[in-house]
Amino acid sequence: MDTSRSYLEPSSFSKKMAAAIIIVYAVITLIPISWMVMTSFKNVDSAISYPPEVLFEPSLEGYVNLFTNRSRQSQEYLDSLPPPKNWYEELVRSREMVITGPSKFLGRYSNSMIIGFGSTFASVFLGALAAYAFSRFRVPLKDDLLFFILSTRMFPPIAVAVPIFIMYRKLGLGDTHLGMIILYTVVNLSLAVWLLKGFMDEIPKEYEEAAMIDGYSRLQAFFKVVLPQAMTGIAATAIFCMIFSWNEYAFAVLLTQFNAQTAPPFIPTIIGEGGLDWPAIGAGTTLFLLPVMIFTIILRKHLLRGITFGAVRK
Amino acid sequence: MSQIKIVNLQKSFGDFTAVKNSNLTINDKEFFVLLGPSGCGKTTTLRMIAGLELPTSGEIYLGDEEVGMLRASERDIAFVFQLFALYPHMNVRNNLSFPLKMQGYKRSDIKSRVEEAAKLLRIDHILNSNISSLSGGDRQRVALGRALVRRPKAFLMDEPLGTLDAEFRELMCLELKKLHLDIGATTVYVTHDQLEAMSLADRIAVMDGGEILQADEPNIIYNKPKTKFVASFIGSPGMNFFEVNEGISKDQSFVNIEGAKFDIPKQLEESKGSKNFFGIRPENLTLNNNEGLKGSVFGVEYLGSRKIITVKTSLGEIKVKTDISINVKLNENVQVKPLNNNIIIFDGKTDKSLNSEFIK
Repeated sequence: MDTSRSYLEPSSFSKKMAAAIIIVYAVITLIPISWMVMTSFKNVDSAISYPPEVLFEPSLEGYVNLFTNRSRQSQEYLDSLPPPKNWYEELVRSREMVITGPSKFLGRYSNSMIIGFGSTFASVFLGALAAYAFSRFRVPLKDDLLFFILSTRMFPPIAVAVPIFIMYRKLGLGDTHLGMIILYTVVNLSLAVWLLKGFMDEIPKEYEEAAMIDGYSRLQAFFKVVLPQAMTGIAATAIFCMIFSWNEYAFAVLLTQFNAQTAPPFIPTIIGEGGLDWPAIGAGTTLFLLPVMIFTIILRKHLLRGITFGAVRK
Repeated sequence: MSQIKIVNLQKSFGDFTAVKNSNLTINDKEFFVLLGPSGCGKTTTLRMIAGLELPTSGEIYLGDEEVGMLRASERDIAFVFQLFALYPHMNVRNNLSFPLKMQGYKRSDIKSRVEEAAKLLRIDHILNSNISSLSGGDRQRVALGRALVRRPKAFLMDEPLGTLDAEFRELMCLELKKLHLDIGATTVYVTHDQLEAMSLADRIAVMDGGEILQADEPNIIYNKPKTKFVASFIGSPGMNFFEVNEGISKDQSFVNIEGAKFDIPKQLEESKGSKNFFGIRPENLTLNNNEGLKGSVFGVEYLGSRKIITVKTSLGEIKVKTDISINVKLNENVQVKPLNNNIIIFDGKTDKSLNSEFIK
């Protein structure tokens, strides 16, 4: 028997097995995503060809179609136009079309940004204040309140879709950025309070006591001493909130149409000639993936520490 | 710097009374130690002086001002926590300037004050270090520095040496004492370690069960304890007690314990009941082979220059502190007798010591 290694350390065989399982899992989850990215670089024909093309000539047609509105024109009309000014105009002309203007995608995308980051900030900010209060003060009926907050996540959000739809119409919040920010904040807040309360509990109260003795009020101590130390938890919470509000589809379909429509309900409706424009949809989803991916990568270190935080007392 | 005065201070948490009707005056520039076992209310008392807990009733005076209900930030006191509570996201310099920033000092003033305090505590070379990279002793110094920079009316310390290892604790003890002599600030210090208390304090208050039992200079606390608890808590080991099953009357100068007669200092006070306690410190007992209480050696502890010998007798175990030259073996038969007349009789009803020629 090999006794040269510690019993606590996994054997090299089990390490290899673990790596193999992770790789298989990663491949399985990456297939749809890579298919989506591949589709975004195909042209309309190869996107729907059967059998599917794995090797293809990449094209930016999907991205051009995503950002523009086009109309089909006769060859005579196209010939009468001045030569194309740039590469994407040339690409569109080669499909016997002309660009009639920018599409709505950029607007929908920035709606997603505003609503996503806005609601994430609001949930984390309010969540941190509430979590601090629950963690430090003797709140009457504390446990019941915490359970009540959590219980808002116990039914599918769509169960309250109709009442919210009616309320929002009466309040004039339908199809507004503010309305969507409020809605996503409310949904995320229970998660934020619970997650952050765990982190706040881990921060010894001596820190803010020291700050209060040093002449700061409790609120100042909260901002100057508690919040910086809760950064890990805040980052982890922010990622979860961001992922939810960024991807939310059902309420966005129901409550937004023009002004505040986010990208998720918009992307699948991109229609080309004679059906869905798959390369454009692929391009839209690929671009849609990026912000959350970048946001998560930036906060990744915190996220990993955050999830295991408090498991072992430092 | 100021006097601190506590009048009828009381603190309850629900049904539990942590501090009972306490009165205390801590003089200006005094190093005052609150000593007691855990849960005796010493930390709660300190936290009330600091403003981290509000009293249930009673008053706290800082100088002439009644501060009992003021917020911590309005009291102008400094607090050193047991776990230091240095802000981990700031470096040493920022930790030290944190209290000054709030008070709106000029940048240059803050800088010079921080550097002055750092120099005094010999941490000027680590001003730009991160807290996490510091040793326990340096953290302790930074914590003291943060208390020092503001030049508050009083320093409150909650077992600040509790987390340091033994060797370092002694060193910091000396430094604290020296620091106190240098700046002469009113200091209230909480500890459960009597050696720390004895070596640091100008005066000590011994607490138990939320009550202040005695507040006196260390030598008086040791030699003339006012209650049985103080006598047993102070000293290592604590005082020996024997039950005396008779009332003590005025002018009495001996007692009978289990049929044997023992001299005691002439009593100036009579006992309230018929069951009392005879108390004698281990160093006031001696071993011999022909006189006194018979017993057998149960244990021997070496303390370097002294030995503590535990003798099992018909009255229970007796601790005797003797010279290192005394050689006894385990289970050897010996006899124990008082070395002198430094004996205190405690009233069995009140647990208080009775006045005598020895303890007045």
